[in-house]
Amino acid sequence: MTDILQLVVAGVAIGCIYALIALGFVLIYKATEVVNFAQGDLMMLGAFVAFTFASIWGLSFWLAFPLAIATMAAFGAAFDRVVLRPIIGQPQVAAVLVTIAAGFVIRGAASMVPGWGTDTHALKAPFSDQVVRAGGVSVSSDHLAIIGLTAALCVVLYVFFKRTRVGIAMQASSQNQLAAYYMGIPVRRINTLIWSISAGVAAFAAVLLAPITFVHANMGFIGLKAFPAAVLGGFGSIPGAIVGGLIIGLVESFAGFYLPEGFKDVAAYVVVLVVLIVRPSGIFAEQRRKKV
Amino acid sequence: MRFIFKTRYAQDLQVFKHSGSVFWNGLLAVLLVAAPFVVPDYYRTQLVFIFIYSIVGFGLMLLSGFTGQVSIGHAAFLAIGAYAQAILQGLGWPFFLSAPAAMALGAAAGLLIGLPALRLTGIYLAIATLAFGFVVEEVLARWESVTGGNSGLMVPAPRLVLQPMTDPTAFYFLCLACVVAVALAVFNLLRSPTGRAFIAIRDSEISAQSMGVNLAAYKTLSFALSAAITALAGCLYAHQIRFISPEQFTLLQSIEFLLMIAIGGMGSLHGAVLGAIFVISLPELIGAMKDVMPPGLAQQPGLKPLVFGTIMILVVIYEPMGLYGRWLKIRTYFSLFPLYRRGMFQRQKAYTKSERVH
Repeated sequence: MTDILQLVVAGVAIGCIYALIALGFVLIYKATEVVNFAQGDLMMLGAFVAFTFASIWGLSFWLAFPLAIATMAAFGAAFDRVVLRPIIGQPQVAAVLVTIAAGFVIRGAASMVPGWGTDTHALKAPFSDQVVRAGGVSVSSDHLAIIGLTAALCVVLYVFFKRTRVGIAMQASSQNQLAAYYMGIPVRRINTLIWSISAGVAAFAAVLLAPITFVHANMGFIGLKAFPAAVLGGFGSIPGAIVGGLIIGLVESFAGFYLPEGFKDVAAYVVVLVVLIVRPSGIFAEQRRKKV
Repeated sequence: MRFIFKTRYAQDLQVFKHSGSVFWNGLLAVLLVAAPFVVPDYYRTQLVFIFIYSIVGFGLMLLSGFTGQVSIGHAAFLAIGAYAQAILQGLGWPFFLSAPAAMALGAAAGLLIGLPALRLTGIYLAIATLAFGFVVEEVLARWESVTGGNSGLMVPAPRLVLQPMTDPTAFYFLCLACVVAVALAVFNLLRSPTGRAFIAIRDSEISAQSMGVNLAAYKTLSFALSAAITALAGCLYAHQIRFISPEQFTLLQSIEFLLMIAIGGMGSLHGAVLGAIFVISLPELIGAMKDVMPPGLAQQPGLKPLVFGTIMILVVIYEPMGLYGRWLKIRTYFSLFPLYRRGMFQRQKAYTKSERVH
């Protein structure tokens, strides 16, 4: 029983990371119909930025954390402005190719920055390296922090999208860009803002993940696990992304414990293949036919 | 400027439409046949790699460029072809039996991934192929009794019939023959009703369906053919590399294939070859530039992805039709000289075709 509880906590914690990255995909996809294959690499960049603030410049963790998020948000906005706005109106595959290529560029460039390089760096948070025991279950404080902070971020985002003027404009623009444009919503600026929020969420995920996996140039590949998470939930659904992330995290955690070695790495993909065969547009997707 | 004056229906069926085309393709053929006897060994090897990548390019172009189904798992088909070839040749099968068997296995895998593709579109399909790629890679690494696991598999010298082919020049001609055969096959397929159906599906699934194209059958067929062609490339790849292991067939390889055909030019067979030439020669170019770069920059391992990604972004923004599109513009400029106008290839900007339900 305690085994199962511990597996659940570990699975939910890593699932939260997948959920946050998947959230980044979904936000951008909902608003702009661009599938951002560079999301994992944005996260990697966020981790390095936080590492620079906290370890190289020696700022305190609680200062470096928001600074990294703000830096990445600015980067996301610039990225949209410079790379994605020129290709508006091109077929969707163009945007896919551009974001894949941008991932290559970010990864290549990050490995060249002095002080970052191809080495593995540690980024310790004040809440790291403690073990919380409750009723025979011992849980790493990192995992608890991830779960708590992710939940907090979800609440903030929920309030932002439901209660603020900009958030509601974003919803309108993601439902129908043309209609939103006619209603006087600056769709392009909204898209840029969505990119910056998404990059900020990536940085948030990065800072949470860094104490567990360390900071290195290839940590962005975890984004590939977040794809199944986003797809599981139906690519355009924000709650779906969270649930999808948690499912993938739990499946991985249990597969790693109960199944032979090797299943852990592919468990996410097997699950997503099965789900896609049964429900072709994810668990939470609307089942409607496209009108011509 | 050249006007083709058609007097016979047979002219529409000709592969080469005019004498200029015969001349340039003939010249290319002569150069490629003469190449292994003239150029150094190293460049012959690079040419073989260009051939192999061109075959992959043709396969992926058929699927992504002409049927509109994006695949981020094509390295898996390459791996299936390579492993099937290595194992069958190890059992003593001759090339003319083992290669078709490997292609059939590839086609079967293509059918398998094509089946969910019937119901999946866009991003969901891309993720399904990505998941398939990961699963195949993991199976290759874990199924040690057959594939040798992570320690890899040695590949014997290819045997066309009975004699092992130890002469690399002979292998060069085998690859050349395969490229020409695949190119002609795909070229002819694309101007047949099947190929037209593929293109109709790419341009609009709903219109194609309304015109009586059986989406399920043609999408699956496209996947199977594409996988079979890629598996053939895998056969040649195995013999060229001589040693195969799962880490040669990763997601990055699949993405490189996709970027390759995009840089070459989506929706053109020339583009597949140009893309292959680009991908193979890029490391050479970077290597050549290293001499003039500051040593600190030249030693960086991140240089290749950085350059590759930057070129890709520039291509998508400034030349969406890829290298082949650029070549078309240059050719039109000279054939129309001095009447070429700058706006001739201007694309009309359209609203993004939405995949969503409104």
